[in-house]
Amino acid sequence: MWRRLVRDRLLWLFLLPGLAYFLIFHLGAALGMGIAFTDYWPGGGIGEASWTGPGTFGRMFGDPDFWHAVLNTLEISLLQLVFFFPVPLALALLLHSLTSTTVKRFVQNVVYLPHFISWVIVVAVFQQILGGAGVLNGFLADNGMHTIDIIGNPDAFKPLLVAQIIWKDSGWGTIIFLAALSQVDDTLYEASVVDGAGPWRRFWHVTLPSIRPVIVLLLVMRLGEILSVGFEQVLLQRDAVGPAAGEILDTFVYYKGIVGGDFPYAAAAGIFKGLVGAVLVYAANKIAHRLGEQGVYR
Amino acid sequence: MSRPAWSEKPGPVTVTAKAVALTVICLLVTVPFLVVVATSLASPEEVTANGGWVLWPQHPTLDAYREIFQGGQVTRAIGVSAGITIVGTAASLTATTLLAYALSRPQLVGGRKIMLGILFTFLFPPGMIPAFLVVKELGLLDSYAALIAPVLVNVFNLVIIRGFIQGLPAELFEAARLDGASEWKVLRHVVVPLSKAVLAVVGLFYAVSYWNAWFHASIYMSDAKWPVQQLLRTYIISGAQLADPSASEAGMVSAPETVRMAVLVIAIIPIVVIYPFVQRYFVKGVLTGAVKS
Repeated sequence: MWRRLVRDRLLWLFLLPGLAYFLIFHLGAALGMGIAFTDYWPGGGIGEASWTGPGTFGRMFGDPDFWHAVLNTLEISLLQLVFFFPVPLALALLLHSLTSTTVKRFVQNVVYLPHFISWVIVVAVFQQILGGAGVLNGFLADNGMHTIDIIGNPDAFKPLLVAQIIWKDSGWGTIIFLAALSQVDDTLYEASVVDGAGPWRRFWHVTLPSIRPVIVLLLVMRLGEILSVGFEQVLLQRDAVGPAAGEILDTFVYYKGIVGGDFPYAAAAGIFKGLVGAVLVYAANKIAHRLGEQGVYR
Repeated sequence: MSRPAWSEKPGPVTVTAKAVALTVICLLVTVPFLVVVATSLASPEEVTANGGWVLWPQHPTLDAYREIFQGGQVTRAIGVSAGITIVGTAASLTATTLLAYALSRPQLVGGRKIMLGILFTFLFPPGMIPAFLVVKELGLLDSYAALIAPVLVNVFNLVIIRGFIQGLPAELFEAARLDGASEWKVLRHVVVPLSKAVLAVVGLFYAVSYWNAWFHASIYMSDAKWPVQQLLRTYIISGAQLADPSASEAGMVSAPETVRMAVLVIAIIPIVVIYPFVQRYFVKGVLTGAVKS
């Protein structure tokens, strides 16, 4: 044992910076969750805080603002699932059906690009296009139509979030579907054509079943992240619509802790999110296995 | 790719529908960028007359860009962003490669357990408040290290590089060992030259994420040390005023729309410039990562 450690000393040296990072910023931070059970306040050090037990969780579960944030998060998650999730699949099917490699490459390069643009810029660009003085309303006003109030309108907030994520990540999301589509066994198509199947029947009976494992895998992963709905995206725009429409669990943690200084409460909300996420990944994976799919892990 | 033999030729309606759909999709992505670039190049009067934006400037001018690079807040923020991106990418790429190489060697005692532990942290991130506390307790608040150290290694990038190294033929390592090469020599002279493409992609992934980051700067840094994305956030999205050195009597002036759009363009340019270099590789990179995890 000792000799192997000495023999591999250079490897351990290689390991050091990365391992130190994970120990400090992941394991160390995991220990930091403990402040949810203390009366820590930002002015004092960690040593000055004393244990209070799980009382903070009781306060959290009795707080209507907390449940409101959870509800908003779930609502946005559901909207994303219904309106965003199928878009990359549809786009991938469209791209896959193209016979010209040049056109396909060109469109791919265009639609992947927004993925690399920061949320700050995406939100700024959306304001420029859809805002009160933006392109859309300028066009509507010039043509004698009613302008529409999108940016800063609490009722339009959640659809706006979904529209932004469709714009930013639909193209990027096609990558995994395109890979799955290219793996579909060509002889299955040939056989189904021989049996007289048209394009629709081929889609239902060959394409869809062939890429089902990938769809299930992505759904399982999405379910595990049901309480994560794009923290940066929402934080950038929450103030414009107020907490009633715009507060999600992550921004709740941010405003309670970083802004409000109630670190134990914010940490408790963070723990809640982590636990629910872990349970959901586990449950979703179980469901996937029941359905006879691979899921995320075995 | 030509049409497979079993597929029927699509009718004119299908072809037209597809062409229209693809054109609309491409326009939806590109037109917003064009509006931003065009507005940044127009004169402030033209922008005001047109109601806040233009699609094609009548008298293109670089005034907005000159104003940005006069040495005010924006110039400094661009410098901060560039510095963080360069130093951060170098640090992250080095730490990730060293870690990935060590964890790819089968003889490392406990290597598998360490890798599992790291994957576990990926499934259960500690959250914002504990991460903030660690940075605070380490005394990193308001130091540039706070923008790099807490995001030094990305698990996804680690999995990509490790997967690639594991895919290299075992004989290479065997031959190097027989030659008496140290692990450092193997990494430096065998692995790195063979992994150039994947290292380039991961490096560019890191560079993009450092360039695009703003949240950590907003909670860890005082405004004199803000990167350009955080500056953009406060004065374009939240509508704050930009400190302008040329308007010293007034102190603060509301930046004209053209200047705001010019800052946007400056923040987008590095991404658009490196994009053609990455896009050849990233599909492969993403898929390796997806398959492995």
